[in-house]
Amino acid sequence: MTLVFVETDETGQVVLTSAEAVTFARTNAEALTALAAPLPAEQPSGHSATQGEVAQRPEGCSDESLRVEAAVIGALTEAATNQLAALGVDRIHHLEHPDLEAYSAAAWAQALVDIAPETGTVLASGTPRGMELMAHVAVRTGARMAANVVAADEGGLLRQVLGGTAFERLVLDGDLQVLTIAGHACTPEETTATSPEVLDYELDIAADDLRTRVVRTEVQAVDGNDTSGLTQARAVVGAGRGVGSENGFGEVLELVDHLGGALGVSRVVTGLGWRPHAEQVGQTGSRISPDVYIACGISGAIQHMAGIEGAKTLIAINTDEESTMVQRADYAIIGDLHEVVGAVNEEIRSRRG
Amino acid sequence: MDILVCIKRIPDISGQVTLDASDTDIDDSSLGHTTSAHEECAVELAIQTAAATDGTVTVLTVGPAEAVEQLRAAVAVGANDGILIEAEDPGAFGAEDIAQIIGDVIRDRAEQGQSFDLVLLGNDAADTGDFQVGIRLAYDLEYPVLTGIQTLTSGGDSAGSGGSGTIEARGIGPTGTEVFALELPAVIAVQEGGVDPRYPSITGRMKAKKARIAEYEAPEPGTGNPRIGLELPPEKTSEVTILGEGPDAAGALVDVLEEIGVIRS
Ligand SMILES: Cc1cc2nc3c(=O)[nH]c(=O)nc-3n(C[C@H](O)[C@H](O)[C@H](O)COP(=O)(O)OP(=O)(O)OC[C@H]3O[C@@H](n4cnc5c(N)ncnc54)[C@H](O)[C@@H]3O)c2cc1C
Ligand SMILES: Nc1ncnc2c1ncn2[C@@H]1O[C@H](COP(=O)(O)O)[C@@H](O)[C@H]1O
Repeated sequence: MTLVFVETDETGQVVLTSAEAVTFARTNAEALTALAAPLPAEQPSGHSATQGEVAQRPEGCSDESLRVEAAVIGALTEAATNQLAALGVDRIHHLEHPDLEAYSAAAWAQALVDIAPETGTVLASGTPRGMELMAHVAVRTGARMAANVVAADEGGLLRQVLGGTAFERLVLDGDLQVLTIAGHACTPEETTATSPEVLDYELDIAADDLRTRVVRTEVQAVDGNDTSGLTQARAVVGAGRGVGSENGFGEVLELVDHLGGALGVSRVVTGLGWRPHAEQVGQTGSRISPDVYIACGISGAIQHMAGIEGAKTLIAINTDEESTMVQRADYAIIGDLHEVVGAVNEEIRSRRG
Repeated sequence: MDILVCIKRIPDISGQVTLDASDTDIDDSSLGHTTSAHEECAVELAIQTAAATDGTVTVLTVGPAEAVEQLRAAVAVGANDGILIEAEDPGAFGAEDIAQIIGDVIRDRAEQGQSFDLVLLGNDAADTGDFQVGIRLAYDLEYPVLTGIQTLTSGGDSAGSGGSGTIEARGIGPTGTEVFALELPAVIAVQEGGVDPRYPSITGRMKAKKARIAEYEAPEPGTGNPRIGLELPPEKTSEVTILGEGPDAAGALVDVLEEIGVIRS
């Protein structure tokens, strides 16, 4: 059995990366099962589960070990249940408890451990929460863990290393393997809808596991530290050192506005304090997958490219024709970004009439 | 507060990499070496926190003898001393082993009278990116652990004697900045973005040359590295279409954007 930790957003929807993780689990079920010890999964025990109706398995999923089950911590909305059904989830474990309302990695992880199979796979998407929880789950179950997995076959798992520059092939020994799935390693795919049973649990939460809980969340305290706009935008305008100064963002911000998109920046830009770190794209920033990424005055260092691999169309605006960004782009304009972006804005305004 | 920071010597990669003859590692013979951005921030946070609490900063690495360079670089920016756990072939170890080795040395230092109130690590190493050494270490030490932390504020009353006091830690969560309050001792994995690592001063560099580095031999790998091999992605052949030079090319770019359908009407 593969258990997927599913994250939901404030409106109760399944987040995109979790939908990707569920799809990964389903489309790789056979390989994941073959890689874990090929025994049938154990039923969770020691908890009073209130069972709903019996799940209908999707076609071709007759074997218990190929089941994909989801774990949702906190409120489970109808919308999320429907999304998970459409993604082909066989069963939903709903873990809700007052002590889990504030995030505490240890407590959340233990809740997952309580329902984890003894044999099989536990996985999550490679978000900060996913990474942290899976590492806790791995230690608590005595399993090994692989982060940022992109593929699985009988020969092993393949995961991103070196900021996406290379892939590592590996096999995790043990009956249970714990993984995180790299962002955008697959696209969410709906399948024959299931009607997953929902299991509710009486949870026992140890006081020790609450030592690391969030004591408060400051929503507005730090200037714009929300990266969701950036990771969900269809169009991202990237700005690098070529912008020249803190005051050089006028044109690119106007372009962002014309595209209803988001601004993404290189580490040089955040390092110089021109823009907040939340806008950083790359290995140590956000990984994005917009329809178009327009990189203005960004050289294309490997650590930056790691964040934009998911971009469908890459456009470079750069004075240096030889720069990696121009060489890797689908389209490029050679020239000063202020002049070029200024002219692009003007063109958009004039076409609008 | 006495703080230990775990740092890892990694190849400084700026472009495409090639594999070595074994296909299990990259060929780093022509590359320089560095530490991860997250770890530089961890060192900076440690220096600031130690300064505010009259404490010390020790840096530790499990790596080849050459990794002493990374320890000295941390001393040059303000760490007090270093611990080198020498491993000829660090690639033979898995995350479990590294955590275990570090845990054992921390216990040994405590017996020698050097105990740490706080252990900082990077959130993930830039080369292997296992995202787990800090958490595994915390369980081994039976300390609470946080990851993704960007800033720290010491909560006072830290006597620097192995685990008194509290610390407030902040990191970015899905809905805003999350604040944690931890009793020490604790393990915290640091994420880039909260502080700017400082550059070494001339006196710092001088001090680094003479810094005390305690040395250990790493034991044989226990769990070992699950790696079978490395693979490089297929090289992308560039088929860039140059739309033009300078502002005259703006029209062509807007055509492309219209085609993709991303211009707001
Ligand atoms: C461990 C580690 C993690 C890292 N993580 C990240 C990360 O997450 N994200 C990230 O971005 N970087 C990251 N980096 C840094 C990365 O290596 C590069 O240093 C950085 O991406 C370079 O930023 P840049 O392209 O803006 O600047 P530069 O490399 O200096 O490039 C500036 C570009 O602008 C062009 N230019 C200059 N003037 C103009 C003009 N007027 N008009 C048009 N073009 C112009 C130049 O031709 C050049 O191509 C990381 C590095 C390390 C070691
Ligand atoms: N060989 C090592 N020596 C010292 N610290 C390490 C070593 N490997 C990993 N770490 C620390 O653990 C963090 C997370 O590493 P990882 O779990 O491998 O991604 C790194 O940023 C380092 O701070």
